[in-house]
Amino acid sequence: MKPAPFAYHRPETLDEALAVLAAHGGEAKPLAGGQSLIPAMNFRLARPAVLVDLNRITELSGIRQGGDGLHIGAMTRQRAVERDPIVARDAPLLAEAMPFIAHPQIRNRGTVGGSLAHADPAAELPAVMLALDAKLQVRGPAPRGVRSIPAGEFYTGLFETALAPGELLVDVTVPRAAPRSGSAFAEVARRHGDYALAGVAVRVTVDDAGRCREARIALLSVGDGPVLARKAAKAITGESPTPEAIREAADVAAAKDIDPPGDIHASPAYRRQLVAVLVRRTLERAFERARNG
Amino acid sequence: MEPRLLLSDFLRQDLGLTGTHVGCEHGVCGACTVLLDGEAVRSCLILAVQADGHEVATVEGLGSVEDLHPLQAAFRQAHALQCGFCTPGILMTLVPFLDEHPNPAESEIREALSGNLCRCTGYQNIVDAVKLSTPVPAGW
Repeated sequence: MKPAPFAYHRPETLDEALAVLAAHGGEAKPLAGGQSLIPAMNFRLARPAVLVDLNRITELSGIRQGGDGLHIGAMTRQRAVERDPIVARDAPLLAEAMPFIAHPQIRNRGTVGGSLAHADPAAELPAVMLALDAKLQVRGPAPRGVRSIPAGEFYTGLFETALAPGELLVDVTVPRAAPRSGSAFAEVARRHGDYALAGVAVRVTVDDAGRCREARIALLSVGDGPVLARKAAKAITGESPTPEAIREAADVAAAKDIDPPGDIHASPAYRRQLVAVLVRRTLERAFERARNG
Repeated sequence: MEPRLLLSDFLRQDLGLTGTHVGCEHGVCGACTVLLDGEAVRSCLILAVQADGHEVATVEGLGSVEDLHPLQAAFRQAHALQCGFCTPGILMTLVPFLDEHPNPAESEIREALSGNLCRCTGYQNIVDAVKLSTPVPAGW
């Protein structure tokens, strides 16, 4: 057998899952879709003593529109998000990014919450949620109980999040987009579905005169986690999004917002070049959509 | 059953259904693709205990030597396999894909195949086999 032995729990409710996690402290690992955890267990890079399988907890799965935005349960399969008409209408950036996540076989099983909590720097969903300024709802034992963490504060390092031991990500809320907003996603990978060498998720809002009121530019695969390109956003905010202004902001993102790693797939210089091109292209598309929307 | 038993190993070793192949055993090659409640999944990334209460379909359920599934017949006709190791996973990937996209563009076919590695064919004959099968009739 590939994985090392573990004790297996299959709770039916969230309360039951939290109780099992609390009982085992840091020894227990939640199992969501398993598309990252089980490979790590097959290699025995991960050897959790206790596995808490969340797949029978129906209350953690589903997509609904609430007063504060679109709610996506942590155990909602990525494929369900990809096919959901409400997501396509109310969170088009998310809908656009979904097909870039691995392959259909992975998305059939992989979950939104699993990807967000795993915090792989090359993952699409953390960057998308950062661009959308999403709030991550977390539940854990007292005294913390329920917490809402902005995506910008959730990611704390390489595969590191603000989740404390015993806490579970239960829901992500995508706030309603302001009028005259537009978004776009792009990434470069060697093959479709491979880990991206670099990727960009942007959302912009324009004012009556067509000037940029707000820009959120989130980058993936160029740092320890998703990176919000604040300097690039500052460069374009208040400006009319001319090709020159967009190019300048994209160059700022590549030069000043990131310190990308080099590996066998791409050098730091190549990643910077990709970011410059991808930010320019996504900003162009997002501003066009904001003007038309 | 031990909870650490993978669905792929359960199918092959406990049930003797060796049509499902195991290649990389970490979710990259797609050789172990089966249908879980009608959706293509990697059986090496699911614990056998997780399939409890769900319907699992393997290549053994697709067709037989005497009565090939239309997609299998197209694979034979188009010479879409050489060593055949990746073929069961590719078939189990394509069946739900073609249910959802009965008349796919070539780019869609290639994207659908992106999660399955084949080191013999260069994919061209697999794409040709899919084109031979499409548009698929309802309830094929």
